[in-house]
Amino acid sequence: MADVTKASRAGAAPARGLAVAGGPKGRRSRSLWSDAWRQFRKHKLALTGTFLLLFIALMVTFGPLLYPTNPTAIDIPASIEQQVQGQPAFSAAHPFGVDDLGQDMLARIFVGGRKSLLVGLMAVIVAMTIGTLVGAMAGYFGKGVDSLLMRLTDLFIALPQLPLLLLISYLYRDRLRDIFGLETGILILLVVVIGALNWMPVARLVRASFLSLKEKEFVEAARCIGASTPSIIFKHILPNVLSPVIVAATLGVGAAIISESTLSFLGLGFPPDVPTWGSMLSNGRDQLILPWTWHVPVLPGIMIFLVVLSINYIGDGLRDALDPRSRI
Amino acid sequence: MGTYIIRRVLTAIPTLIVISMVIFAILKLAPGDPLAQFAANPNVPPEVRQNIRRQLGLDDPIPVQYAKWAGEWVQGNWGFSFASRTDVQPLILDRLGTTLYVIGLSYALALLIAIPIGILSAVKQYSIFDQVATTIAFFGFSLPTFFSGLLVILLFSVRLGWLPFIYESNTAHDGLLGLWERLKFAALPVLVLGFFQAAQLMRYTRASMLENIKLDYVRTARAKGLRERTVVYTHVLRNAMIPIITIIALNLPGIFSGAVVTETIFRVPGIGSLLINSIQSSDTPVVMSVVFITSILVVVFNLLADVIYGVLDPRIKYS
Repeated sequence: MADVTKASRAGAAPARGLAVAGGPKGRRSRSLWSDAWRQFRKHKLALTGTFLLLFIALMVTFGPLLYPTNPTAIDIPASIEQQVQGQPAFSAAHPFGVDDLGQDMLARIFVGGRKSLLVGLMAVIVAMTIGTLVGAMAGYFGKGVDSLLMRLTDLFIALPQLPLLLLISYLYRDRLRDIFGLETGILILLVVVIGALNWMPVARLVRASFLSLKEKEFVEAARCIGASTPSIIFKHILPNVLSPVIVAATLGVGAAIISESTLSFLGLGFPPDVPTWGSMLSNGRDQLILPWTWHVPVLPGIMIFLVVLSINYIGDGLRDALDPRSRI
Repeated sequence: MGTYIIRRVLTAIPTLIVISMVIFAILKLAPGDPLAQFAANPNVPPEVRQNIRRQLGLDDPIPVQYAKWAGEWVQGNWGFSFASRTDVQPLILDRLGTTLYVIGLSYALALLIAIPIGILSAVKQYSIFDQVATTIAFFGFSLPTFFSGLLVILLFSVRLGWLPFIYESNTAHDGLLGLWERLKFAALPVLVLGFFQAAQLMRYTRASMLENIKLDYVRTARAKGLRERTVVYTHVLRNAMIPIITIIALNLPGIFSGAVVTETIFRVPGIGSLLINSIQSSDTPVVMSVVFITSILVVVFNLLADVIYGVLDPRIKYS
């Protein structure tokens, strides 16, 4: 589906070049971003994904304000109704029913979604920062720095991801909980560990671009006018390698959300009394058997699926929009 | 080529040593005392605890402890599992068989689904078949295994009652009936893992085919008057498979991560569920060995991928 619009793009390319060069009145020149946006809009599924993701993000951010039910309050009559009488406790008080303890599903989905999205976003920021710095240094300085940093990257690639995530999360959770408190401690731990195990592809990507870009004339020109090394790296070269980084970052958010949910699902992420989509799904596993309670694990699972699916479609659309080679 | 392989193997060894050091350090620097259970027991006086510590070498500096561990590990002495009360090596090797059986079946399933569909999708690009297949693939790798596992349990075990959702390696029957039962127990974990892998592989196959289809040698083949089938299956496919085969080798250790999740859901007695149980019971010798074995798998398959690439593609020159 990525290539649907290729034919129309091919026709548009020369016209665009003329518009920028000749600049006839009434036509605004296009920046990289407005151009990317025009391409992105043509990818209908990516656009749908963007709206869905925005909707979910707004929902979990502002939902708890509009729907003030306490996510940890236990409604025993509703729980009994659901467990014993054999019907889901859908009511005005609990539009999505309650879980096995009688806690409101909708409120938990809001609060859990905040955690899942936050971990995904922050872990990617960590991963992109490390990856960009390592890749930029390796590519720009070359020689010893390059081979040292690339050895490090290869080493990290060879580390077994999920086993290490599980191990570190289990071993260090108590210490971080003592320092930062229950929720923040685990949040910091997950963000740092997921980020620290996912920066390698970005580092390689950025390094490869830096290797070729640092030989270009505009870098030479910048050096001639006396630009400092950090300024050349961050102001002159880095903006040119942002496109693939943005695509990788987008897809990385989805992967990080899955990592967090997997950890919570295996009982090594957030503790069971802090709702996240992964832990809700894990806690509700036993509820799968009964025809009137299976929504308890399935609802958070659908939320994870929808978010990851939207992100993957957005990433697909961004790749098409930001990669100029795909437009030729 | 020969020297290249030797050089790669020689660089893999220091990588593995550093990885084992990293894992060892993570375990050693973690808070918590391996003798904590004795500390809580009033019948064990502090002097006795000190003696046990000294005997187990827990007071040695960490590098010394590492050297001792590494020396024993390469000789096949992987330590003693506190939780299972057996030696670690037979425990792991026993479990590894089950994991490889489930992973092997699911990978075979994934290849059987992904490659033909990927090829057809690329050949009939933009057709209804292609659109349905790419959409399903997109859904497939957006669906985390822990959720698809629950969904197949809900459908095939709870609703339809066709398949068991708790794995049993011992079957009541022998012969064909026993084999049938074994397959039934493995069916759901294999389905979940296989579908996830198939979704990724299908996308790679399609992309690789499409990349090759528009190249000049394909035009030449068509211009020679070869039949379309010959062009696609002998000319394009052979070249398109080169990156696919390396991706298959690279992904194999990754499927192990999926196995941790599916083994937990379906209670498969494999190496993944062993890892989870050992982490939760602080069974350090088992954890150390399992994590290190997965690292060995990652390094070995990365190496294999590089070597296979060179064998398949004569354009690659090793210097």
